[in-house]
Amino acid sequence: MGMKPTDISAPDYFHKVVDCQWACPAHTPVPEYIRLIAAGRYSDAYMINWKSNVFPGILGRTCDRPCEPACRRVRVEDEPVAICRLKRVAADYKDDIKDRLPKKAATKNGKRIALVGAGPASLTVARDLAPLGYDCVVFDGDTRAGGMMRTQIPKFRLPDSVIDEETNYILDLGVDFRGGTRIDSMKALLAEGYDAVVVGSGAPRGRDLDIPGRKEAAANIHIGIDWLSSVSFDHIHSIGRRVIVLGGGNTAMDCCRSARRLGGEDVKVVVRSGFEEMKASPWEKEDAAREGIPIHNFLVPKEFLHKSGKLTGVVFEKVKAEYDAKGRRKLIPAGEPDVTFECDDVLVAVGQENAFPWIERDAGIAFDEWGMSTVYNVTFQSTNPKVFFGGDAAFGPKNIIWAVAHGHEVAVSIDKMLHGENMAERPLPAITVVNQKMGIHEWSYKSEIMPDQRYAVPHRDNATALSSIKAEVELGFDAKLALSEAGRCLNCDVETVFSAPLCIECDACVDICPMDCITFTENGEEDDLRQRLHAPALNLSQDIYVADGLKTGRIMAKDEDVCLHCGLCAERCPTGAWDMNKYFIEMTHAGPACR
Amino acid sequence: MTYLTKPKFHHPSLPKNALGYTRRDYEAATSTLCAGCGHDSISAAIIEASFELAIEPHRVAKISGIGCSSKTPTYFLGASHGFNSVHGRMPSVLTGANLANRDLIYLGISGDGDSASIGFGQFAHALRRGVNMTYIVENNGVYGLTKGQFSATADRGSKSKKGAVNTDNAIDLAAMALQLGATFVARSFSGDKKQLVPIIKAALAHRGAAFIDVISPCIAFNNHPGSTKSLDYVRAHNEAVNALDIMIGRDAITVDYEPGKVVEVTQHDGSVLTMRKLNDDYDPSDRLAAMNFLQQEAAKGRIVTGLLYVDGEADDLHGHFNTVATPLNQLNEPELCPGSKTLDKINAGLR
Repeated sequence: MGMKPTDISAPDYFHKVVDCQWACPAHTPVPEYIRLIAAGRYSDAYMINWKSNVFPGILGRTCDRPCEPACRRVRVEDEPVAICRLKRVAADYKDDIKDRLPKKAATKNGKRIALVGAGPASLTVARDLAPLGYDCVVFDGDTRAGGMMRTQIPKFRLPDSVIDEETNYILDLGVDFRGGTRIDSMKALLAEGYDAVVVGSGAPRGRDLDIPGRKEAAANIHIGIDWLSSVSFDHIHSIGRRVIVLGGGNTAMDCCRSARRLGGEDVKVVVRSGFEEMKASPWEKEDAAREGIPIHNFLVPKEFLHKSGKLTGVVFEKVKAEYDAKGRRKLIPAGEPDVTFECDDVLVAVGQENAFPWIERDAGIAFDEWGMSTVYNVTFQSTNPKVFFGGDAAFGPKNIIWAVAHGHEVAVSIDKMLHGENMAERPLPAITVVNQKMGIHEWSYKSEIMPDQRYAVPHRDNATALSSIKAEVELGFDAKLALSEAGRCLNCDVETVFSAPLCIECDACVDICPMDCITFTENGEEDDLRQRLHAPALNLSQDIYVADGLKTGRIMAKDEDVCLHCGLCAERCPTGAWDMNKYFIEMTHAGPACR
Repeated sequence: MTYLTKPKFHHPSLPKNALGYTRRDYEAATSTLCAGCGHDSISAAIIEASFELAIEPHRVAKISGIGCSSKTPTYFLGASHGFNSVHGRMPSVLTGANLANRDLIYLGISGDGDSASIGFGQFAHALRRGVNMTYIVENNGVYGLTKGQFSATADRGSKSKKGAVNTDNAIDLAAMALQLGATFVARSFSGDKKQLVPIIKAALAHRGAAFIDVISPCIAFNNHPGSTKSLDYVRAHNEAVNALDIMIGRDAITVDYEPGKVVEVTQHDGSVLTMRKLNDDYDPSDRLAAMNFLQQEAAKGRIVTGLLYVDGEADDLHGHFNTVATPLNQLNEPELCPGSKTLDKINAGLR
C-alpha cells in the first residue's frame, strides 16, 4: 500500500507545477514569455500573451496578478518575479505585430452573436469568434470600446493609447462595434434573432452609504466609480482641497490618487477593516502611500456632517476586529471616542454590484434573490440557452483577467453549441513535451539560479506625476532591467521527469538537489510519506511526484513545492533517469480544437 | 566543460545544528567527478555527519593522497583545513600534522589505489601506530582516473568493463586494518547513507585509529554485471552485522531495544555507540572473531558491512609517546627551548 505512481501525462499535473500559469485565470504560459523577453524577442512574447490574455499592454499595467503570489520565488526567496510588469515590457518594446494577428474571416458562417458591453469579456468572445466567421455585434453605451478599462481605470495608470491599440486589434477583425448604442431590453435584443447573446455589461453600480447626512450633503458626496468615469470622460476637472475616500479596495486607491491630481491636497483614505485586510492590492496601497495619502483603518463611517447644505466632515466610530471560533472576522466597537475628519468632498468606494435593469425578468433568464442571473460555471450559459454571461456580469466584480478567462470559455460554449455539440464536454488543454538538453552541462534555458531580489519599476517623479491626471506614473522596465527581472524566473515549466527503469539508485540527485526535494524510500500513505521525505513536505497544496519500479523496491518521491528547476538532478544523473522536459500547455480556445 | 554551481537557495525548513550552521554550511566546491560517482555520496555523508556532530569546521584537517577519492576533500567541508598530498602519502602527512597539533580532528581520505597499492605501507604503519584519525578509503576496485584498470582491492574472478577477468587476489583493507590493530574498523557502502553516516560520526568521535572501508561503485568503469563492486552486486551481497546509533555526550538512550539485541560501547569522549544486532552471533568488541567472520563471509561471497570492531578504551599515538598535551604551535619559547640547565639534566639522566 502507499501512494500511487504519479501520472505525469495528465495535463493538470505539470500545469500545477507551473504555479503562475495555474493561478492565472487565462492560464497564460508565463515562463515561456518571460524567456522570450530575456531573449529580446518582445513581439513573440507579446503574441503568446495576446493569444492567451488578449490585452497584454492593458494587463501589463493593471492586472490584479493572481500569478504573482503563486510564484515559486515567494516560497524560496521572498518577492515574486514581476510577471505583470514584464508583460508590459513585451507590449512596450514589440514591433508592429499587425500581420501576426488573425485575419478577418474570408467567409462568414452565418451565425450572429450579440455582445452587450464592450469590456474585456465581450471583446475576448469577439476576438475568439470573429476570425472563425461569426458575425459579432458589440454594443456599448459609450462611443469607444474598452468598458471599465476605459472608464474606471485612471489614465495615469492606463493611457488611452494602450486601450485604443488593443481594442482595435479586436474590432479590426471584422467585429461590428456599435458604440453609443445602449441596450435597454433583452427581449428586444433576442427578438432580433441572434444565435447567441453575450452579457458582458460588468458590475456598473457603485454601492452607496446610507448614513445620516447623506441626503443633506449629497452635493459633495460622490459614488467612486461614477466619479472616476466622469473624470475619464473629462466631465470633472476638480475636487475640494480636503477629500475623504471611503473604502479599502482598488477603486478607493484609484479615487484617492485621482483626487490628489484634481486639487485634493489633503486626501485620506478611511477604511473599516484593518490595513492588512484591505481588499486593495498591496502595490496599489504602496502607490497611494508614495503620493502622500494616509490610510486610516478600523473606522466605520457613522454620519456625514454638513452646514447649510455643504459637507463639512465625517464622523467615524472606532472599531476593532474580533474573530469567532470559525476564524470569521467581526468588527465590534472599540469603545473609544468617535473620530471626526473635516473635509470638503467624500468619494464612496465601498464596493460595486451588478445591475441588470435592462433584462426583463420574463426573458427566460433566472435571477436569484440578490439580482444575479443563474450562470453555469463551466459553460457560462444562463437558463436561457441562447444567453451567456461573462466578466463581472457573470459572478460579480472581479478583475480584467477573469473577464478574459470567462470570455474564452463563453466563446468555446457558443462555438460548440452552434456546431450542435455538448458544451459541457470541454477538451483538455493541448500539451507538448520537449527535452531541453543541448549537451553536457548545457540546457536550452538559463538553469543557473541565484538569489536575486525583485527589481523596482521606475516611476515618474511625484511632483510631475501629481500635476497631471493623465501622465502615466509607471515608466515601465527598460530592456536592461527587464533582462535582470526576467532572469529571476525559475522556469517552472521545464519539468523534472523521472524514468525508473533507467535509475540505478546512486543517490547523485539526492545529494546535489539544493532544496532536498528528492527522496528514495519505502512507499507509504501520503500523510506518512510527506513526513519521511529528505525535507518534510508540509505544503499540502503542492504535489508529491511518486515513481515506482525501482530495483530495490523503493519509490522515488519528489516534493514539487520548492524545486528550483535548476536541472542539477538531471545534470548529475549518470543514466539519464532524470530529464528536463519543457511542458507547453495550451488552453483550448474556440475553433476546431474545442470541437 | 563548465559545471553549474549549486544554488545558494535551501529548503525553508533546513535545520540548524548547535553551532547555528545548516548542513549546507558544510558543503564546498561543486564536484567535478563523473555523474553518479559513489564518492560524491560519501562526501554527502561526511557533510551530514559533520553537521550532525556540530563540528566546528576550522577544527577539521582533511588530508588526502592522489586519485578520484583524494580529489573529494575539495567537495566537502569548504571551511576546513585541507592538504592534498603525494600519492599514497596521506598517512604520513596526517601523522606529522597530528603530532604537531593534536587538537584538530584528522580526516584522512584515500582510495583503493592510494591505500592498497602505492600507499600500502603507509596505510599499515599509520594504523599500527594508532594515529588518532578517521581514515576513509573510498573503495571502487578500479583505477577510475586511468579508465578502469583493476586495483588491488578488485576481487579475483571479477570482470572489467571490457570483460577481462581479474586473476590477482584481492586485498581486504578492513581485514588488514583489524590485523594491524586499528581500534575502530567499519565497512560500509556509498549507496547506504543510513548506515554510513552514523559510522562516520562514531569514527570522528573515536580516539585512536579509526578505519572505514567504503565500497563506492565507479559508475563509469565498474558498475557492470561481472563487477563485485557495482551498486547491484553490493546491494545483493551486503551482509550488515549491525545498525548503529550514536549518542553524543551521556544522553539517556531513548530507543527501546529488545534485550540481547543490542551492543553498547562507550567511547572515551562519552559518546555511546548503540549497535542494534542484525546478526545475533556478531560481537563487535571481539577482534579475533571479527577477523574470522570477515574471512568466512568473504568466502561465501558476502560483503560484511557495519561497525566490525571497536575498542572504546583505545589510546592513541600521543598516549603511546606520552607527548605534551598542548599543540606545538601553542607552546612558547621557554617550553620549546628550556635552556642549557634542563639539557644538562636530561643528559645527566642518560649517563
